[in-house]
Parts: sequence; structure tokens; C-alpha cells
Amino acid sequence: MDPRRTARTVSDPKVRQVGFFTPAPPERSISDPPRFQDPIQPPSPSPTQVNDHSPSGNSLSPVMIPPAHHHSDNFLRTALQVTSPTKAFSYSAKTVTIPPENEDVASSFSPGRKVVSAKSPSSFPGVKASSVPASELTTVSVVNLPPGISEKAGGASVEVQNDRPVSAKTLKEKTSKAERRALQEAQRAAKAAAKAEGTKASSAASKVVTSANTKPSKAAKSSSQKNDGSQVAASEKKGGDRAPEKDRKKDAPHPRMQYDDKSRVEKAKKRAVVKQTEARNRVELFRHLPQYEHGTQLPDLETKFFELDPMHPAVYKVGLQYLSGDIRGGNARCIAMFQAFKEAIKDYSTPPEKTLIRDLTARISSYVSFLIECRPLSISMGNAIKFLKNRIAKLPLALSESEAKSTLMLDIDRFINEKIILSEKVIVKHAVTKIQDGDVLLTYGASSVVEMILLHAHELGKHFHVVVVDSRPKLEGQLLLRRLVRKGLSCTYTHVNAVSCIMQDVTRVFLGASSVLSNGTVYSRVGTACVAMVAHAFRVPVLVCCEAYKFHERVQLDSICFNELGNPDAISKVQGREEINYLDGLVNQENLQLLNLIYDATPSDYVSMIITDYGMIPPTSVPVIVREYRRDHLWS
Amino acid sequence: MDFQVVVLAGGNSKSLTPLVSKDVPKPLLPVANHPVLYYVLHQLEESNLKDLIVVVEGEDAGLLVGAWISGTFVDRLHVEIAAVPEDIGTAGALRAISHYLTAKDILVVSGDLVSDVSPGAVAATHRRHDAVVTATLCCVPISGSSESGSSGGKDKTKKPGRYNIIGLDPRKQFLLHIATGAEIEKDTRLQKHLLHAVGQMEIRSDLMDAHMYAFKRSVLQEVLDRKDTFQSLKQDVVPYLVRSQLKSEAVLSGIRQAEEDGNEKVSFPNNQVMVSQILANASTPSFHELYSMDADGSAQTRKTHKCCAYIASSSSYCVRLNSIQAFMDINRDVTGEADHLLSDNVIGPSPKLGTKTTVGPHCMLGEGSEMGDKCQVKRSVIGRHCRIGSHVKVVNSVVMNHVTIGDCCIIQGSVICSNVQLLERVVLKDCQVGAGFVVTAGSEYKGESLARKEK
Repeated sequence: MDPRRTARTVSDPKVRQVGFFTPAPPERSISDPPRFQDPIQPPSPSPTQVNDHSPSGNSLSPVMIPPAHHHSDNFLRTALQVTSPTKAFSYSAKTVTIPPENEDVASSFSPGRKVVSAKSPSSFPGVKASSVPASELTTVSVVNLPPGISEKAGGASVEVQNDRPVSAKTLKEKTSKAERRALQEAQRAAKAAAKAEGTKASSAASKVVTSANTKPSKAAKSSSQKNDGSQVAASEKKGGDRAPEKDRKKDAPHPRMQYDDKSRVEKAKKRAVVKQTEARNRVELFRHLPQYEHGTQLPDLETKFFELDPMHPAVYKVGLQYLSGDIRGGNARCIAMFQAFKEAIKDYSTPPEKTLIRDLTARISSYVSFLIECRPLSISMGNAIKFLKNRIAKLPLALSESEAKSTLMLDIDRFINEKIILSEKVIVKHAVTKIQDGDVLLTYGASSVVEMILLHAHELGKHFHVVVVDSRPKLEGQLLLRRLVRKGLSCTYTHVNAVSCIMQDVTRVFLGASSVLSNGTVYSRVGTACVAMVAHAFRVPVLVCCEAYKFHERVQLDSICFNELGNPDAISKVQGREEINYLDGLVNQENLQLLNLIYDATPSDYVSMIITDYGMIPPTSVPVIVREYRRDHLWS
Repeated sequence: MDFQVVVLAGGNSKSLTPLVSKDVPKPLLPVANHPVLYYVLHQLEESNLKDLIVVVEGEDAGLLVGAWISGTFVDRLHVEIAAVPEDIGTAGALRAISHYLTAKDILVVSGDLVSDVSPGAVAATHRRHDAVVTATLCCVPISGSSESGSSGGKDKTKKPGRYNIIGLDPRKQFLLHIATGAEIEKDTRLQKHLLHAVGQMEIRSDLMDAHMYAFKRSVLQEVLDRKDTFQSLKQDVVPYLVRSQLKSEAVLSGIRQAEEDGNEKVSFPNNQVMVSQILANASTPSFHELYSMDADGSAQTRKTHKCCAYIASSSSYCVRLNSIQAFMDINRDVTGEADHLLSDNVIGPSPKLGTKTTVGPHCMLGEGSEMGDKCQVKRSVIGRHCRIGSHVKVVNSVVMNHVTIGDCCIIQGSVICSNVQLLERVVLKDCQVGAGFVVTAGSEYKGESLARKEK
């Protein structure tokens, strides 16, 4: 294992200085194994010992697991080769721009509108005296909106008017003053031709020349290439900036903000629907992840309930549920999101003068960005959204609106049924073969697939014992435990602190996953890595159950660069036990930082086998699945 | 967002007798120179709810309210007025307009609510939990203790009768028990099975029902139809729903399930079950779900529904205008600490003040009012076009529009309605003077209610 490990650390291009301790001498950070391996492996294990530790030495794995030793070197190299470009991108920050939709809404009630009151007070008719309880409604005040088309036209005109300032604004950051001016003048000149204001245009054009001449030094600063680019951008309404990013998006992992980049955070805040206050004390190492004051989001979003016009109620509800933690777990969140989208598509009607494909994609994007504000997307949701957008983009143009809508709704149903439900069933079928009478199975947290496996095995009449390992603060294991005990399984419940004691008796470890990355890393609920490592140390096989739609081509070596930060209050306070809240009053101290991570990454070394809808595979085969699966199914 | 808003504006109110009359129904009672209904409508407008149904008791009141709304909110709100017969109660009023209700959920707001609690927050809570009813609770204002001593004694005698007893679950999300007013005189009964299911119940008496409810439409109509004896939302409908939340009658749940089935195509019936199971497992079950499951299996055998509570933060302002005392308090607060409720100017344009006349803080003067020399106005609201003579002292009082006050009057803690004439040297303390009354010169009154005899 030693050669492998060095290979990995050396190949990591950037040694991240960890914020917990003062900078260590550089050679230490290279030669030392990563922190997470410390508790299990002695600092310098002998090679033979390592061989024993490898999964092939286990009693399980007659199936497909190749001897990990000689393969891994090879694989790692190839994996790094294949995926290094994506990795580079994954570090670069990106933003998704939302089209400004609020303009229409804001303008629709502007005072300039034609507004007619239905009845003047004098002509107010007497309401009939009725002994019958049913009463009549009398309209006393009316807001008269112009019919749809004229309103749209009005909105369009507003947009046209706004167009110029917007494009100028985007240019402001990139181009020098002279360029901007030249550009404006050029635009004006072009427009003037249509308006038949020849004289003015010519003078303006001459101005362009002079102004460009008088400030050559400034213009020279930026390369000519950039100048061209910006002019193109101006002509197609700030699209130039986004175009290359779009290309990149296709092969890059889901774009995420780097939250330590202040300017981008500011920009994101401006267009955010949910008002979020950034937490002040954040752990240095995780500054690039979003962390908000958790109490502030929900009330604010709630008060805006009626003001978010473009948001569909179903999407809004799901967002609220994400935010308040009412729905959690990768599959459930994905299903809830898709069901909300389905509702939204059902109620959708294409606005006049727009095409369904483009407008619906924009609509879905705005929903997605709203959901991201409520809680960062999981990888599985990212895949699902990609699927949906791809389906929308590939809709035949000839389809009528209702047909297109029903096709999309069927697609969503199909995704839920095939990619989630059916694949869970297949996984259950595979995994049950690994459970024998007398087994002691350990699971961590609450995974929906693992629960199904256990229940199914129980239904088949197998006799086994389940150890449910749980951890604060979510204590999801208790819910799982409750359901298992109800069904009559014999269970043990313990917290992750005791995992090393209980592991001696365990024969198999079943784990769920939020995602499996293409280097075999399992990205899952925090604590999973710890359980997997302990199991590995005790030579207990670790089986990870994960649907193939959760696989992602990204490569992640640690759980730092992508993760999610939970509510720090959740770990500093114990609900219902006021007397042990020792941290009361300390939370806002400058020198205290609380870290509540949601996910962690388990290196593939500790995973014996991944059970997915395509069968049981070793972690090294994940890239194959990612490649084939993508081509055949997700993108079809 | 698929919400319909019903404002129950009410009509005449017995508890506000001298202030409310045929000409000034309760919704139009001016609070800081705006009719009280204005505050509700303004609040709704702020939250982008522009489609309202206003229910008024009585034909004449309906006409008056309709005229006022069409004058004030023209081009801003789409309001429909329904006049219902008097004394049919809030539930009766809803019953009367029941066939106009079509949206999925209904927001019912009392017209006499002066608050800054966001209706959106209530609606969002309602939606999040998929509740049958969500009631807005707010802290009981600590009136009496904070204000000047004049009305303190009076308040103490009133207070105990108006306690609410509200039971909440430990996470303060669900309403487990609600009892108001008269019921509290008797023993309070709690249901054993409810306590058993929840495990722990928090009983609060410092919360007040703000009379802003979100209902699920189908359930509300169902209850109104089947229980024709129900008169009041607060005393009958909401307690009934809260009481029956764990043994929801089959009809209620039947409707809901039928709706859900109608929505989703039954293309993959088996998978649908799994989907809903995954979703159910993912969320933290409330006691409702736990209770509805039998001890052995996961099959839902017992029907339940959820009754939620939205508790407004203690910093928000929320008072109902249902007594003269409340009327005084609101007038004082709106000009004082809760002045954010009024969007427009507090001091009207160009009141004419005589020499050496002082107007203290927390005061409001309507437009076109004139005051003589050496007057003193403290913590009071004075309406439009009032004429006040010299050497007049107005403290802690409300003076409505078109009031004439003679010289050397002293007015303390009183309400003077529109078109009242006070002749010289009148001394009023803690009085209410009905509209159009003429107080003879030199008279002194203390703690009385003066009103013109009905012709």
C-alpha cells in the first residue's frame, strides 16, 4: 500500500495548508499519509501486512474483486490522466447567471398602467337582502391588467429600454473607459442608421476615433483580442461572457461557488431569492463553502411566500422542506424535486413569442438556483437535473405544447421509476445474495437502499443480526432502527464512538452513499469513512450500495474541496437538554469556530465492493460505469 | 400560490358601542386617522396578495365599506365585498361565501387585526406541513402595566377572563389544544390519547390567537357543511379540528386521498407506493405519522390531520381591536412604537397651531385641524378638520374627525367620535363620547360613556 499512497500524495498538485495547525514543514506533508489514514494504519506498515489488509484477503469477494494491489497503481495513473482536466475546473469558481425575470413583475403594477375601477362609489348597487345564507360578491375595486399580449409587449419594450444599460454595466468591469465609450458610440452609430439620424451618427463616429486616439495608452492595456470579444458580447447581449463557460460546463462537474471569493459572493447575493446572512466564524479550511446563519433563512423565506411570483408553489414547498430539513437523503430529495418539477411543467404554458424549449429551460434553471439557495444540491440531484434539461433540449420542435409537456412528465416518471426505484430493487436483489444466516450486518446512518436490503433479507427468512451505528446531531439511525425493530429484526444500536468495539463481531458492513466518484471514492454522510476504515482494519468487507445515477465523473481526493456545512448550532447545542449546553454564550467568540460537516469521502482502498444496478463491481470499475452509463442512458 | 384570502371585517360590535355606530361600522373605525380595515388590507397588499374577499356584516355596513375600499384601494387591490346577515358568526360568514372559495388553501384574516405578522409566513408554515389548519399565535401584549396609571386598574379586572390556553408540542410546531374565553371557566379537558401520542405538551397562557388562519379549503368546507351549529371559527371550528386531529373522520381524509390519487397517474401503482415510502422515510415523522402507524406494521390505519401553529416573534406587533381598551392601546402604539405600520406621514400637512401651543411626541394631527393658543396635546390622535379652542389640554386621547372643542377643555384618556361638540370648560376623564353628541358647557364626566339617543 505504501507505493500507492505516495503516488497519490505526490500526484496531488497542490498541498493544501490545513488551517487547524500552523504550517508544518513541507516534507512532512508530502511523506506523511493523509490524516484520515492515521488511526488505522501504523505509520509505516510492512508490505506483507498490507497485503493481508487488502480486500482480496477477505472471506467475501469471490465475485469480481481483483487483487487490489497491482491494479491500483495502474488505475490511479489512468484515472488521474483521464480526469485531471475536470479536476482543474473543479477548483475554479464559476457562477450561473440567472436571467433577470423580475423586471416584468415589477413593471406590471407600475403607476403608468391603465387602471380602471369597476364601479364608482355612487353607483354602488345595493346588496340584496337575503335570508339565505349564501351571499353575493360585489367587486368594489379592480386592478385591471391589460390582456396578456399587450402586457408582454409592454414588458418587452421595457426590456429593450433596459438593454443598453445592462450591457454597458457588464462591460464596465472588463473594459477600460475609452473602450466602453467607443463601444457605446459604435452601437449608437449602428442604431442611428436605422433611425435616419445620419448627421449625429457621423459626428459620434468621428468622436469615437478621436477618443480612441487621445487615450491610446489605456486602450493598449487590454489586448485587442479582448476588445473584439467584448464587442461581440455587446452585440449579443452579454452572452459572450457565458458562452465559453457553457462549453466548459458540459464536462466539468457541477459548478459551485467558491465562497471565499468575495466579489463573487457579493454578486451572488444580489440575485439571491433567499436572504442569507453569512456566518462570521468559519473554519479556515472550509471558507470556500457556503455557510449561513441558519436561523435567518427560514423566516425570511417564509415572509416572502406570496412575493415570489415566478416560483411554482410545488417548487417553493420543496425548497422550504429542504431548508427546514423536512426532507433529506439523496433519493428522497431527488424524487421530491422531480415531483415538484413535474407539477411545475404541468402548470406551465409557454408565454407568447417564446419557445418552450428555451423558456422552460430557463424556468427550470431558476427553480434550481432557488433550490440551491435553500440547500446545496447533492450530486445525484445534479445528475437528475442534467437529465431533465437534456430531455427538454432534445424535444422535437414539431411537438405541440401539450405533447411536449406530457413527454417531459413521462420522462420524469420514467427517471424516478427506472433510475431510482427499479435500480434499488436490482441492488436489493444483488445484495441479498451476500447475506447469509448468522451474519452480523453493520450499517451507518439511514440509507434507503440498505434498509430495503435488510427488510428484504428478513422477508426471505434469513436469520441475521443488524448493528445500526448512528451519530449526532441528526440521529437518523434511530428512525431506521425504529422501522427495523417494528418489522421484527434483531438489532443493536450504538453510536459511532463505539464502532471499534462492536466491529469485532461484525461480518459485513453495508453502507449507503450520496455519490460514488470515478476514482472509487465514496462520498457519503459524514462518519461513513470512519466506519469503513475501522471495518477495513478488522478485515470486515465493506459493501457500498449506490444507484448508478448517483455516480459522478468527478475525482475527489479529500472531503475538503466539495462538501456541505451544516448548522453549527446543531453540534454546539443538545436539543431538550439545556443543562449540558456548556457552549452557551461562547458561540460568537472570535477564537471559536464550529464545524459541522455533512459529508465525507471514503477512499476506495477501504471499499471492498460497490453494489449498483449493473451488478457488484470493485471501486476501480466505477469509471467504466460512468462512461457507459452516461452514453447509453443519461444522455439518450 | 393558490391561496385565497378572506377578510372577515365584521360589522357592528357591542364591545365598542359608543364608538361604533350605524354610520361608522367597526371596519371603518379610524385608528390613527385610518380605518382599522386599512391596516389589514395594507399588510396584505405588502405581501403581494391583491385578490381579496371582504366579508362585512350587514347591508349598510357593506355599502359603506365598499365605498371606502373603492375610493382608497382603487387600482391597487382587487377586492370583492360580500355582505352577510348579522349575528351569524365568523363560521357562518364563511359558510355564506363558501361557494366562492376555489383555491387549495384559504387564508382567513380578521378585519380588526393590527399587526405586522407576515401572512406569507403563516401560509408558508401551512404549506410546509401540509396542515389542515394553521393558526397564528402571538404574544399577549403586556398592556396595562406599561401604560399610565389611569387605565391600569380597569385592565386588571378585565384580564383574567380573556386568557387563552394553548397547548403545543415540544417543537412548537403543532397545535394540540386550544381553549379560549368562556371555556376556561370550566375544567379543561385534555385528551389522553393525544398526550400519549405526543408524549409532552407545553401549555401556554401567554399566547393569543391572532385570528389569522390558513385552512385547507376542502376540509374547511367539509366541516362547515356537516356541523351547522358551528358559529365561530375561533370557538368552534379550530378547536374541533384540533380536537379531532388524531381521529380525523374518514370523510376528511377520504377527500384528501382522492385528490392525491387524482393528481398522480396510476401508471406504476406499485412503484408509487415505494416512492411515497421513500419520501416518508426521509422526513422526520411527526407524532401524527407515528400514531397513525400500528405498532406492528407500517400500514396507516388511523386517519390523522395536522394542526399547525405559527408563533409570531415577540418583536412583532399584533393586537386585535376588540375592546375600547384595545382601541386606545392601538392608537397609542401606532403613533408611537409601532409606527412602521403606517406607511405615510404621521403628521398631516399644515395643521394650524396657535401661539404657545405644544404638541408632544407620539401625537398625530390630521389635516386641516386648527388649534387655538396655549393648547397642550400629549400622546393623542386628532383627526381631520377639528377645531380646538384655546387653553385646551388633550392627553392620552383620541379625537376623531370634525370635532369642535371649546376653550379651556381638559380631555384625558377619552375617545371623542366624529362631529362631537364640546362646549367650554368641559372636563372629560376616561370617557367615550359617541358620534354627534353635544356636551354642555362646564360639565364634568369621569369614566362614562356618552352617546346620542337613537332617534
